Amino acid sequence: MDDPLSLLFLVAAATLRVATPLILCAMGGLFSERSGIIDVGLEGKMLIAAFFAAAVAATTHSAWWGVAAAIAAAEVLALLHGLACITYRGNQVVSGVALNIIAAGLTVVWGTAWFARGGQTPALEEGERLLPLFFPRAGDNILVYVALASVPLTWWIVARTRFGLRLRAVGEMPLAVDSAGISVAWLRYRAVLLCGLFSGLAGAYIAIAQNAGFSRDMTAGQGFIALAAVIFGKWRPLPTFGACLMFGLLDAVAIRLQGVRVPGIGEVPVQLIQSLPYLLTVFLLAGFIGRAVAPKAIGIPYQKEH
Amino acid sequence: MSVPAIELDGIDKSFGSVHAVRSVSLAVEKGAITGIIGENGAGKSTLMSILYGLFRADAGEIRVDGEAVQMDGPRDAIRHGIGMVHQHFMLIDSFTVLENLVLGAERGPMLAPGLAAARAELARLSRDYGLTVDPDATIADLSVGEQQKVEILKVLFRGARILILDEPSAVLTPQETDQLFRILATLKERGVTVVLITHKLREIMAATDRVFVMRQGRMVAERLTRETNPEELAELMVGRKVRLHMEKAPPHKGEVRLRAEHLGLVDERGVVLLDDISLELRAGEIVGIAGVSGNGQTELLQVLAGIRPPSGGSLTVCGRRIDRQRPGDPAEMRDLGVAHVPEDRQRQGMVAAFRASETSILGYHALPPFSQHYLLNGPAVGAHCARLMERFDVRPRVPGLRSSSFSGGNQQKLVLAREMARNPKVLLVGQPTRGVDIGAIEFIHRELVKSRDAGCAVLVVSVELDEILSLADRILVMFAGRIVGEVEGSRADERTLGLMMAGAKAA
Repeated sequence: MDDPLSLLFLVAAATLRVATPLILCAMGGLFSERSGIIDVGLEGKMLIAAFFAAAVAATTHSAWWGVAAAIAAAEVLALLHGLACITYRGNQVVSGVALNIIAAGLTVVWGTAWFARGGQTPALEEGERLLPLFFPRAGDNILVYVALASVPLTWWIVARTRFGLRLRAVGEMPLAVDSAGISVAWLRYRAVLLCGLFSGLAGAYIAIAQNAGFSRDMTAGQGFIALAAVIFGKWRPLPTFGACLMFGLLDAVAIRLQGVRVPGIGEVPVQLIQSLPYLLTVFLLAGFIGRAVAPKAIGIPYQKEH
Repeated sequence: MSVPAIELDGIDKSFGSVHAVRSVSLAVEKGAITGIIGENGAGKSTLMSILYGLFRADAGEIRVDGEAVQMDGPRDAIRHGIGMVHQHFMLIDSFTVLENLVLGAERGPMLAPGLAAARAELARLSRDYGLTVDPDATIADLSVGEQQKVEILKVLFRGARILILDEPSAVLTPQETDQLFRILATLKERGVTVVLITHKLREIMAATDRVFVMRQGRMVAERLTRETNPEELAELMVGRKVRLHMEKAPPHKGEVRLRAEHLGLVDERGVVLLDDISLELRAGEIVGIAGVSGNGQTELLQVLAGIRPPSGGSLTVCGRRIDRQRPGDPAEMRDLGVAHVPEDRQRQGMVAAFRASETSILGYHALPPFSQHYLLNGPAVGAHCARLMERFDVRPRVPGLRSSSFSGGNQQKLVLAREMARNPKVLLVGQPTRGVDIGAIEFIHRELVKSRDAGCAVLVVSVELDEILSLADRILVMFAGRIVGEVEGSRADERTLGLMMAGAKAA
């Protein structure tokens, strides 16, 4: 067994590793949701981004082309979501669910067609992945730092800039924004595109940093956990970051606890540990953390009167 | 007269087959308060939306300070110094006053410099116009009157020299309305041009210098306010003579239909809402409850209608005694012959998404002929609604139309028709004419008096003193949850009632 200090370091590093895609994805979701667009499709965006990151990295032998492709793929889905929800004023939840299904299906179909490995992409070599920068054992690749930086950046944009003020306003009362002479649609499109950018990075992280290739449904509900984190965080960057870390910690502990005998209880079933984050989600969402007040206009398509 | 602040010349606008504004011309004098009056649907708001760039006119020209301008959106209007205070405030509840002020006028991509500049500017505006608000207060914590101040400040902050107010008093108490008029007078002294859109004669008379009257999309008259009177304006608006004061025979009072004894109501936080209310309501009389909004009238109506059980005292309705131990409920009250037209007709009186025919039987839907063997009888409901619409002149006469598609006055007539259809023994009416046109007000008042003459016991709660004075045979004044005075209708006058409403001891 390791000494306590290095154990702590390992748990912290594992927490951060697991939390990174959650943080990126949640910050993206936060932009979208603060503008009034519900994003249930975070999962799908992340999944399609993961696929393209791995597929393009494997083909071009460049991790950076992989990241670029991931962002582009997520942006395409984000634009589709924007088109459905902003331009055509469709139901945002339905659009998000549809995008998730499309992403789950397309990644497998394309994967099978292009690589003929049952939906998986080829295992990535060293140069095709994002590697740790300073601590090889910690897995601190560039996207981990991007995720950490994204939190204060998001806070700063939302709280301190003109765009942030308008973003908050459009999520609360688009009519007021419109009557101030600001385009509601363009604001919301920018928010949705920012969401695409962040979920693209999250997907790329999962496929070419955390893992070495894409496998079907590899995001495994992390998009939904990120969405839950946004809600726990009451649509604010710092608390949302905290929620992501908490989920990351639970996951990291779960991995460490596997096979460990806890005094008095015995071996904790793996299934119980793995379901902890989800149980906690339900428990916390049931009102334990106090009422979450969503942006007032969330989920409501904006339509000019008359 | 110098160059007018705004000139509209031959403005025309249609929405599909509806010709909303028909070749309207008007000139708004600089530094004066100009009123535009007309019934709901007369085209006032459409005209102002064209001026503010929200709609584009099909024909006609807009001139600001003598120069022809093109209005393609609110941005253009703001640039030409025109600001609009909307009927429903365009304020973000969770933002501070300052944040609301700078939204759309941030002066750069960073917030801080804009907010600092806005703070200084707000201080200057507050000083110049006597409009004080706390710049760091959150909108949700402000009263409606204060929120309106913020709206006005927002418009001034954008450099508006011409202020358009669309039905500004719709959400205000009479006191807040008076305060608003004082603010407008100050703005006028400082050289701001004000356009006031309203359908209330009293406001035109109290606040404006000149008034334009619109009817069915046309500009039908222009008057100097001091040279006209409410009767003339009402006639111009409606297109026929309107009696602003009901002429009614003395009441023939019958037996007591409703008796409240020492009624009390305390809410879950322990706040006393009703305090020792005793009153009697007899067949064949109209009792008016006067008072400034929020002094317990709403709660009194709720208790009388069986919606909330009283915390103390008792209520006897047509022989049934209701108290804390044996509370009533609205269905039982309805069975006893109590009909209730709620104050908030849109939320309590109808379901906005329902068809008019469905709204016309709400609460009575389980009775034959509407309901047979647990199924609704569609044709019977439709025919019933058509009859009510005919009798109460609800327009358009389309039972299948969504309730929310009717104007406020027609919604109210429909709800009133529903409640009066079964010849109730007791009729409770909250704010009978809130948001209702003059033509419809006259009609509703006449129906209430007719119902009284037919032997119904009528209780009217209204914040409009004029309404209480013209309808009620007996007037009770509420203040802070108590009845503080009672006056015979024929002997009441505005001044004594006003004093009682303000909480002064009854004479």
